[in-house]
Amino acid sequence: MNILGLAWRSLLNRRSTALLTISAIAISVALLLGVEKMRTAAREGFANTVSGVDLIVGARSGQLNLLLYSVFRVGDATANVSWDSYQKIARHPDVAWTIPISLGDSHRGFRVMGTNGDYFEHYRYAGGRRMTFISGKPFDDLYDAVVGAEVASQLGYRLGDPIVIAHGVGSVSFARHDDKPFRIVGILAKTGTPIDRTVHVSLEAITAIHLDWQSGARALPGGQVSADAAREQDLTPESITAFMVGMESKVMTFTMQRAINDYRQEALMAIIPGVALSQLWNLVGIADTALMIVAAFVVLAGLLGMLTAILTSLNERRREMAILRSLGARPKHIFTLLITEAGILASAGVVAGVALTYALLFAAQPVLERRFGIFLQPSGLTGYDVLILGGIIVAALLMGAYPAWRAYRHTLSDGLTIRV
Amino acid sequence: MRPDLAKLAIEARALRYAWPGKPLTIDLPRLDIARGERVFLKGPSGSGKSTLLGLLGGVLSPQSGSVRVLGTDLAPLSGAARDRFRGDNIGFIFQMFNLLPYLGVLENVLLPLQFSAARAARIAGGDPVNEARRLLAAIGLGSDDLLQRPVTELSIGQQQRVAAARALLGSPGIIVADEPTSALDHDSRENFLSLLMSECRAQGSTLLFVSHDTSLGYLFDRTLSLLDINEVRS
Repeated sequence: MNILGLAWRSLLNRRSTALLTISAIAISVALLLGVEKMRTAAREGFANTVSGVDLIVGARSGQLNLLLYSVFRVGDATANVSWDSYQKIARHPDVAWTIPISLGDSHRGFRVMGTNGDYFEHYRYAGGRRMTFISGKPFDDLYDAVVGAEVASQLGYRLGDPIVIAHGVGSVSFARHDDKPFRIVGILAKTGTPIDRTVHVSLEAITAIHLDWQSGARALPGGQVSADAAREQDLTPESITAFMVGMESKVMTFTMQRAINDYRQEALMAIIPGVALSQLWNLVGIADTALMIVAAFVVLAGLLGMLTAILTSLNERRREMAILRSLGARPKHIFTLLITEAGILASAGVVAGVALTYALLFAAQPVLERRFGIFLQPSGLTGYDVLILGGIIVAALLMGAYPAWRAYRHTLSDGLTIRV
Repeated sequence: MRPDLAKLAIEARALRYAWPGKPLTIDLPRLDIARGERVFLKGPSGSGKSTLLGLLGGVLSPQSGSVRVLGTDLAPLSGAARDRFRGDNIGFIFQMFNLLPYLGVLENVLLPLQFSAARAARIAGGDPVNEARRLLAAIGLGSDDLLQRPVTELSIGQQQRVAAARALLGSPGIIVADEPTSALDHDSRENFLSLLMSECRAQGSTLLFVSHDTSLGYLFDRTLSLLDINEVRS
C-alpha cells in the first residue's frame, strides 16, 4: 500500500464527503466546459452561415441589422431596395451573380423568403458547401415552395403538402394568405444554418400574395384577386428587401462596395459578410466572455469547497498522521498524502464533469438546435479544453498544498502524541 | 545490574527538552536500557512520558543532551534520517486508536513495510503476509474470520493485538509500548503482555513498556520510575 493507495483508501473511508466534493467540482467543470463548447459551436455556426457571398446590399441602416435580417432571419429591414436599383447593380459587368431576398412573411413561426433560382445555384455555407435537396427540386410554378430541413421535420412536411403563408413574422398570425396556398416541391438537406428554418418561394409569389393587400391589411371583399387571376398579372416586384452579390473578381469587391454606398438614386448600403460577421461576433463575444468568467468563478467555488472539506478533515485525521509518523513516515509523506487527496478529488471531479458535459450536450442538442439554431457537432475535447481541465487540476494541487502544509506543521508539533 | 555500554539499546545523557514557550518537561541526566532488556517505565500522566518517547523515537529533538538508540546518535541525523531510523528500528504500540480505520487487519500490520525497507528485509522467508499472519496468531488473533473484519469492528483488545503484531513485524530492535493495556481488563492485560514479551524475546527485541499502572511491574526485568529519573518537578 503506497501513499497513493493510502490517500485513496482514506478518501473511500470518507466517501460521502468526498462524493459531495467531487460532485461540486464536476458540476462546475461541466458548466465551464459546456459554456466553452457552446461558444465554440456558436462561433462556428456564425462563421458557417454564409460563404461565397462577396457583398450583401440593403437599404442604408446598420451593418449588423442588414446582416441579421438577410442572413440570420432575425429582425426586420427598415426600408426596401427598389427593383430598378437592384437591376442596375445586377447588370453591372463586374457582378457575376445576385441573389434577391424578399422577407416579411412567415409560416407557423418560420420565416418565408422570396428569392429566385440563383439562390440554390450560388448560395454557399460552411466554407463553400452547396445546398442539396433531400427530395424534390427548386420552385418552378408560382405557388411552389421549398422548405428547409427543420421546417420539414418539425412540421412533418412531405413533398406535395399544401401550406399557407401568414402575413407578418409573428409566430401566431391572424392574417393569412389562405386564398393562395402553396405546394411543397422541394425539401433541403440539413445545413445547420438558418436555411433549415426557412420557407423559400419565388419573388413573384411574394408579389402575388400581396396583390390585393394595402398597408398591411387585406383588401375589402370584391377587391380581391384570386390565385389564378394573379398568374395573369405582371408580378415583377417593385422592391425587394436585400440582395447578395457575387463578384466576377474578388479584387473589385471594395470598389463595388464603395460605389453602392455612394449610390445617388437610393440610400443603399453594401456590407462584406465576413467583416460584419466578425463585428457581430465581437458583440456577442462580450456576453460569452462574461459567461466564461462566471463559469470560472463557479469552478473556483468548487475548488474552495474541496479545500474546506480537506481542512475540516485535518483535525480528525491528526491521529492518522501520528500513526503514520510513528511507523517512520516522513513529513514529506504526510504532505504527499494530502496533495494526492486533492489531486484525486480534482481529477475525479474533472472526469465526472467531462462525462456530465457530454451527457448534457447529448440531451440538450435537439432542443438547442430547434430553439436557438445552435448546431452542436459531437466533438471530442479540444487542446484548449484539455488545457483548461489540466489547469483546474493544477489549481487544485496548488490549493491542496495549503492543508498539506498545515498537516506537515501538525506532524512536527504533535510528535507522536495521539490526540483523540 | 550495570548494563554493558556496548550493548545498550537506549542511552540518554543530560537530556533536556521543553515544548516551545513552555517550561522544561524533560531533564534526564541518564537513562540506560540494555539490548534485549524488558523495562517497565512507570509515570503518572503529565510526567513527560509522551515527550520522552518522542525524544527516543527521534520525532522531537532535545534542546541539549544526547540520545543514542541501538548505538546510533540521533542528534546529527536530519529529520528525515531520524524518521527513517525510527521506521527501521522502533515499533510503537499506543494506548488506543493504533490502527488506520480504513485499512484491513493485514494491511494495518503490513503498513510499516511501506516506510521501512530494512524491516521488510529482516522478515524471515521474505513473505510479509505469512509473517504478519504468524505474528497475529502468536499474539492471539489466529482466526481467518477476524482477519477479514474491518478493524473498527474489532474489540479494543483485538485492536491492541493487531497493533502489537504491527510493532513486531520485521523485528525492530526496540518495541515501545505506551500504556497499551490501559483499556483492557486485568486478565487480558496479563495475557496480552506475556504474549508480547515472549514474541519480543523470540526476536530479540528490547521492550520499553510505559504505564502508570504498576501492578504489571513484576513481569519485567527492571522497573524505572520517571518521577525518580526525571529531575523536572511539576
